[in-house]
Amino acid sequence: AGPLALARDLLAEGEEPFFVLNSDVICEFPFAALARFHRQHGGEGSLVVTRVEEPAKYGVVVIEPDTGRICRFVEKPRVFVSNKINAGLYIFSPGILKRIQLRPTSIEKEIFPAMAQEGQLYAMELQGFWMDIGQPKDFLTGMCMYLQALRAQHPEKLHSGPGVVGNVLVDPSAKIGANCVIGPNVTIGAGVVVEDGVRIKRCTVLQGARIRSHSWLESCIVGWSCSVGQWVR
Amino acid sequence: LKAVILIGGPQKGTRFRPLSFEVPKPLFPVAGVPMVQHHIEACAKVPGMKEILLMGFYQPHEALSRFLLSAQQEFKIPIRYLQEYAALGTGGGIYHFRDQILSGGAEAFFVLNADVCSEFPLQEMLEFWQGHRDAQSFVILGTTANRTQALNYGCIVANSDTQEVQHYVEKPSTFVSEIINCGIYLFTPAIFQHIGEVFQRNQQELVLEESSNGWQRAEVIRLEQDVFTALAGSGKLYVYKTDGFWSQIKSAGSAIYASRLYLNQYSKSHPERLAQNKPGGPVIRGNVYIHPTASINSTAVLGPNVSIGEGVTVGAGVRVRESIVLHGASLHDHTCVLNTIVGWDSTIGRWARVEGTPSDPNPNDPYAKIDSETLFRDGRLTPSITILGCSVTIPAEVVILNSIVLPHKELSRSYKNQIIL
Repeated sequence: AGPLALARDLLAEGEEPFFVLNSDVICEFPFAALARFHRQHGGEGSLVVTRVEEPAKYGVVVIEPDTGRICRFVEKPRVFVSNKINAGLYIFSPGILKRIQLRPTSIEKEIFPAMAQEGQLYAMELQGFWMDIGQPKDFLTGMCMYLQALRAQHPEKLHSGPGVVGNVLVDPSAKIGANCVIGPNVTIGAGVVVEDGVRIKRCTVLQGARIRSHSWLESCIVGWSCSVGQWVR
Repeated sequence: LKAVILIGGPQKGTRFRPLSFEVPKPLFPVAGVPMVQHHIEACAKVPGMKEILLMGFYQPHEALSRFLLSAQQEFKIPIRYLQEYAALGTGGGIYHFRDQILSGGAEAFFVLNADVCSEFPLQEMLEFWQGHRDAQSFVILGTTANRTQALNYGCIVANSDTQEVQHYVEKPSTFVSEIINCGIYLFTPAIFQHIGEVFQRNQQELVLEESSNGWQRAEVIRLEQDVFTALAGSGKLYVYKTDGFWSQIKSAGSAIYASRLYLNQYSKSHPERLAQNKPGGPVIRGNVYIHPTASINSTAVLGPNVSIGEGVTVGAGVRVRESIVLHGASLHDHTCVLNTIVGWDSTIGRWARVEGTPSDPNPNDPYAKIDSETLFRDGRLTPSITILGCSVTIPAEVVILNSIVLPHKELSRSYKNQIIL
């Protein structure tokens, strides 16, 4: 949170609330709804929570049911307390900057608990999918969720054709060879070349990579400009 | 001049399972042709060879009879199968059938073990023996091994000038000599006198003591332990040393190594058996044998050291290397088969990867031999050649690594380092 103090002048200027986002999170980003929610309750800050199946793996948020005001945070609870966790999307009024000093600061550990005690922090529940994509394997899970949401909202953006199975996103500049079977859950970046006879499942292939013929890829992240040889598994 | 090829029986060659379940080990194809056909071809080439006798204790077998018939027609020499009534050891069988072997007045005869792969320098052995012209001299073919591996074979100590064998010991526990027994011998009729002495001695011992092993018979005679050890130092046994290629074929992994040795030899002896790169044909790398009835997609890449059997189909974009694919097998599109023996009529589904670990001898040591691997070490399966038994089905997109799959098994997922019953 310390860096927010660095931007103090820029943020305080308009007297308007500002969003703060953790970049390693993927979801359907309800910015309009969040802004509305924040103005309605008039508190200093709002954060988005999402429902999870195993809350003990995370820090959970205890919320007053009618108002949405946050009572407290509990880190990795041993007994069930709540199934809502902090989704890493916030909106704050400029007044919060008075709480933040220019030093390394954890907003979750140092700023939020104080705000919650003062009744200044509110929670809005997220609709739709959410994933912390900080780890590569979670990145792929998040990618699958994203593609599934895309199928529901903008199916025309997904790739279709011979050899395409399930949800597949392909950059227009990518080239895919003959007799390939791509998908489900594959994203293919700009300038990628996939040669003949390749099978790709649940992967992200980043820009400029080349997958040579007859290879088989599952649950992989192929980095920028990588080359994967023939008959590779 | 005659030749006897010892082919063993069902109780022998068990390290070759599950491949030996379907077909007697001596008929297993090595470099596209039954193991023992290489022996027969080498014997038939020796001038003066009158008859080839296959000796073993397999029951009469359709595949064996068919093979003998076609071999006789191809090599134009009488070939017979002599069935031992029991496993009589490497010496007991030839002793039992000595009249058959000597019939027609044979001056000398070769004895060859079927489970070796060799250049068969039989002509050279004959000339070496003729230099002695002694009815009482016998020749063992020997080759050089390295000091550690020599302990796994019969070791020969010989006089460096005369090549007379001074000492012979089978699988010693300490180092004796780097010269090892290749399992190929040249005998005269006089050998039977020496084997007969062992036979008499055995009979006397049986009378004297209760044999703890009830199946031990007086007629079981091992040439190596019982005869050679005694003959060493008597001026009758000689070794002919060769530098030509030689290997034992005990396990499935060694069949792939032996294939490579014979395929290399084909460039001189049978160039017509080696596949060539042709427009519209598959890409061939190194030495590859393809049976004329096999059907190979033009985008497949085969070799080096690949044998493709009768009626095999190989689909588009398939990669096969260091492998033997047996009759009727089917490799679907984009599969990758490395260091594997694919059993008769097996199927490998699309994009599957079937891979083993080669057990080749150290290429930097010219005298290194293939290891006689034990299947397990410290309770774990040693990484080795992958073997698919007959009629095995591998589904699409799985990986089978360092595993042995028994016949008629239909797999449903990937496996690594397992024996799948």
